[in-house]
Amino acid sequence: MSILINKDTKILVQGLTGKTGTFHTEQALAYHGTQMVGGIHPKKGGTTWVSENGDSKGSELPVFATVKEGKAETGADASVVYVPPAGAAAAIIEAIEAEVALIICITEGVPVRDMVNVKARLADSKSRLVGPNCPGLLTPNECKIGIMPGTIFKKGSVGVVSRSGTLTYEAVYQTTMAGLGQTTAVGIGGDPVKGTEFIDVLDLFLDDPETESIIMIGEIGGSAEEEASEWLTAQAAKGRKKPVAGFIAGRTAPPGRTMGHAGAVISGGKGGADDKITAMEAAGIVVSPSPAKLGETLLKAIG
Amino acid sequence: MNIHEYQAKKLLAGFGIPVSKGEPVLAASGIDAAVDNMPGPVYVVKSQIHAGGRGKGKFKELAADAKGGVRVSFSADEAKANAHEMFGNTLVTAQTGPAGKQVNRLYIEDGADIETELYLSILVDRETSLFSFVASTEGGMDIEAVAHDTPEKIHTVGIDSLKGMTDADVAKLNAAFELTGVAAEDGKTLFPALYKAFVESDMSLLEVNPLVVLKDGHLRVLDAKVSFDGNAMFRQPQLAELRDETEEDDKELEASKYDLAYIALDGDIGCMVNGAGLAMATMDIIKLYGAEPANFLDVGGGATTEKVTAAFKIITSDPNVKGILVNIFGGIMRCDVIAEGVVQAVQDVGLSVPLVVRLEGTKVKEGKDIINNSDLNVIAADDLDDAAQKIVKAVKG
Repeated sequence: MSILINKDTKILVQGLTGKTGTFHTEQALAYHGTQMVGGIHPKKGGTTWVSENGDSKGSELPVFATVKEGKAETGADASVVYVPPAGAAAAIIEAIEAEVALIICITEGVPVRDMVNVKARLADSKSRLVGPNCPGLLTPNECKIGIMPGTIFKKGSVGVVSRSGTLTYEAVYQTTMAGLGQTTAVGIGGDPVKGTEFIDVLDLFLDDPETESIIMIGEIGGSAEEEASEWLTAQAAKGRKKPVAGFIAGRTAPPGRTMGHAGAVISGGKGGADDKITAMEAAGIVVSPSPAKLGETLLKAIG
Repeated sequence: MNIHEYQAKKLLAGFGIPVSKGEPVLAASGIDAAVDNMPGPVYVVKSQIHAGGRGKGKFKELAADAKGGVRVSFSADEAKANAHEMFGNTLVTAQTGPAGKQVNRLYIEDGADIETELYLSILVDRETSLFSFVASTEGGMDIEAVAHDTPEKIHTVGIDSLKGMTDADVAKLNAAFELTGVAAEDGKTLFPALYKAFVESDMSLLEVNPLVVLKDGHLRVLDAKVSFDGNAMFRQPQLAELRDETEEDDKELEASKYDLAYIALDGDIGCMVNGAGLAMATMDIIKLYGAEPANFLDVGGGATTEKVTAAFKIITSDPNVKGILVNIFGGIMRCDVIAEGVVQAVQDVGLSVPLVVRLEGTKVKEGKDIINNSDLNVIAADDLDDAAQKIVKAVKG
């Protein structure tokens, strides 16, 4: 099994007709037949999108004016947002109002005020949001939503959850090299206010029978890793436990500077790497000192 | 983006928020006129730099017993003498690092009759995903120390963004600050005005330390530190003119022109990486093998050859750099684009230090071919571990 997405997931693309949306939709179509079912564009409803590149060349997708219409016509249960920052929050809210179950926002640079409003809308909704500023999700050999490179994946037993895109790739690549493979990889994104947190994904991985171990990759800023560590400890006390390896990026980051990701900043003496590593180790997570030893560290955690 | 105190106060005053009368000074020749414009008899001369701890800071060029970066003066002549002594000198505070910051701007402010000092800030509360007020009666102090030593004196009030600020929120803040009478009445307009300024200006932090109750019972914003959400600057064009480029590192300024996330550090191994997490992790692994990174640099997902070339030039312009590590795990970013950029940059500016390149992910074969077919003196690496060890060895010997 897998979490959140599988071969049956039907996906709409908000921002399909742009350059980024087109490129990654072609990549997704070429990845084990991921079910991309349509695009959304308020002014291009009724037209047809045609892939012009790669293995998906010649594939066609219908374009709808609204998410509501696209969902009704295709039975989509997920929507991926490639809309530029200024319109990204409105696109997410449109998908929430259309009651799309899973919304993934890849867009980097969404203003935090917009995300605070989106979070308030999500509270009593039927939707889960992953992102923004994230690489998306991938279930090997079944479904790819977002921008992760499919070639480094291998079907297997490790659940990967990460705040960083490229470190997700490292974790995937290293667990592939270690012969373990992945159930699903989830990039939750590098922004301070986001749809899905570590705990949400860890909960799903603990429930998934095929996920035998977990890699969790955090970074400086905020306290999501500390909260996830406390939560894992509480779950273990109830007998819900799987081996977890971890890594925290930014041990060498200077305080007060935003390290690329809007959420990666040590501020007011909080959010430093050492506190996170201490909390994770207290929860039984085996933390790798090196980003190059994620696979090795997970093998150690599995024992 | 950060702005100076005097700019923050002008912005807040535009939202009807009470601040002291003050005059910014941008050149030493403007000092006397600015002081003469103040009513007196008390003047406060404040250094304008993008760092806190100014009051306790020391000027590098002045005697060790000279006064700090914020000086209360009790006559116009004294204020002028203080201002002339401070202007142009280098202020070292707990937040500037040992190099300090040159004081190129001063703010001459009217003195205030202070009864009590409070602490107020508005920030993005990541745990609740709300904009929250942080309130404490312990104003004028290092708030991190207060939070650490007496956490019960810190109160947090989260605001529902869909409802906006309510009477109940105001009542909670008045209670947290222990305000009564005139001050509590002022709070009813001041707190919503601060929230409005925060939201409408797309701030990421608004810190008022101290917020004061004057002897006449009214509230006044005595200091203001404002940071804006960099992601929202596209819809706040009027804020661009508040940027003080003299406060920024030259290399960081150049990088920002190319939309590169670059932060200068003190080490000697330059790094070019895609993705913020991997860029931090690359710094970490360099340290793990006993060396220090010279910078953080995320070329981003949509980098072009031109952008990569610019990034490479910025790294090589740092005289401390004794070796360069290029670490790319292509997702959106294609390895061939990185390779072309590196080759182009070396052709443009030359290369006098060792260069280790690690490529993986999208179009890795094409990228490696470009590097191998160039006549660059590149040390190829198989994976991240190998790359880090090779660059540290090349630099440290």
